[in-house]
Amino acid sequence: MTGRSLTSRLALLAPAWIGVAFVVLPLLALLVRADWPHIGTHLAAPVVGESLRLSALTTSLTMVVVWTLGTPLAWILARSDHPLTAWGRALITVPLVLPPVVGGVALLMTWGRRGVLGGWLETTFGITLPFTTAAVVMAEIFVAMPFYVISVEGAMRGLDRRFDEIAATLGAGPVRTFRTVVVPMVLPGIAAGSALAWARALGEFGATITFAGSFPGRTQTAPLGVYASLERDPQAAIALSLVMLLVSVVVLGALRSRWLR
Amino acid sequence: MTTSGARALRATAALGLAALTTSLAACGAPATSAGGGGRTLTVLAAASLTDVFEQVAADFEADHPGVTVEQSFSASSTIVQQVNEGAPADVIALAGQSSLDPLAPELRLGPPVVFTTNTLELAVPADNPAGIGGTQDLTKDGIRLVVCQPEVPCGTAARTLFEHLGISPDVASFEPDVRATLSKVELGEADVGVVYRTDVAAAGDGVAGVEIPAADNVVSSYPVLAVSGSPLAQAFIDEVMSGRGQQRLADAGFVAP
Repeated sequence: MTGRSLTSRLALLAPAWIGVAFVVLPLLALLVRADWPHIGTHLAAPVVGESLRLSALTTSLTMVVVWTLGTPLAWILARSDHPLTAWGRALITVPLVLPPVVGGVALLMTWGRRGVLGGWLETTFGITLPFTTAAVVMAEIFVAMPFYVISVEGAMRGLDRRFDEIAATLGAGPVRTFRTVVVPMVLPGIAAGSALAWARALGEFGATITFAGSFPGRTQTAPLGVYASLERDPQAAIALSLVMLLVSVVVLGALRSRWLR
Repeated sequence: MTTSGARALRATAALGLAALTTSLAACGAPATSAGGGGRTLTVLAAASLTDVFEQVAADFEADHPGVTVEQSFSASSTIVQQVNEGAPADVIALAGQSSLDPLAPELRLGPPVVFTTNTLELAVPADNPAGIGGTQDLTKDGIRLVVCQPEVPCGTAARTLFEHLGISPDVASFEPDVRATLSKVELGEADVGVVYRTDVAAAGDGVAGVEIPAADNVVSSYPVLAVSGSPLAQAFIDEVMSGRGQQRLADAGFVAP
């Protein structure tokens, strides 16, 4: 190897490794600073179990809604030739880049007691959403759905149009084609999109604390639990962070070989 | 890869690295660069001090040409946590003396001085939809009450208030700091919030205050202290303790210790 090509290779390798270290070091720091001998005690802190239970519940409900609404939406985005489709796709992806706290303010302005729809909901049905578990689910849907729709749309777009055409010639209506042909063929895409959306819902913080507030067992999800306990019981915060880190690594690790390419 | 391509890539990589190092170095530089031309004083203060400390800082800057006061306002417990973890700061001003307990001993460069006190008040939206008339209404059915989370001083004070009153009201949300609590009331999402008297005064027309009888109320003392050796730190504390600083605090509804 000539000196020149070695320098050139280093010019790429050095920043690449700095990049890796920048992301991985803080994750390792969590492991280093954890109080391992007493980790069981810290994991038994009420905030850990309570907030993880709430996160499990809200992210599950979120996924049911995301599957129900997101799958047909992805299919329409993938197959529509309408010029407005591109705008629709752009709009649905806004929460991907929007600061979550802005999403929370937007949800409050819509569904709050003085919100555009929330005021009507309260006077007509007596339903108020802020400070409820339902508000947590709404915040999670808002931030997570775009991840799912974009992944699934990509998979559906790659599907040969001839499959739906053949199904149609065999007499299947659009709904039956969608259910029996399209969805089974894009299952890997659905799995990948679901995992990404679920992980995003699990990590949601800004929109939740803004729109749903923070109440143990009702609106205090795992990330809010980390934030609240950091000041009183930092080791419980670290223990809870470790659980979330483990879950994130497992989710992405499972996707790594099969679906995320 | 063509030679020019490789060169461009190398140049980009070098530039990127240079940019990264400079920006990291800039981030790592201490906020107090007393030797330089413009001097900066970093003050971390409790959220309830937001408005009044902006005025105090303006007074201080007017008297010290070339000095910039940088302030950050958050929950007192967050401030102590940040300073313990190495956040650059020269002066910290906290709500509640017990907030100081977790502060690392090596950071206590000056003795903490209590510079003012504050009491609690109920904040309600201007139109008071739930008809909150006093502390007896905190346990009314169906009202949405917000308080600070128990980890921050205003949350501890609220809990002490409930103990004084002998009640355990339903709470809709435990907010991260006093201003977040106030804003839930200001937006009309909460019917009532437990905040400091001064927060109600600072909120303006969107919020009305309901007094808490002195016998039940909780008095919070506010300590200030230097956490860096900057000579400006003591000067800023002197400004807070001065007649002008105390007047600013009194105007905002704080009470001299």
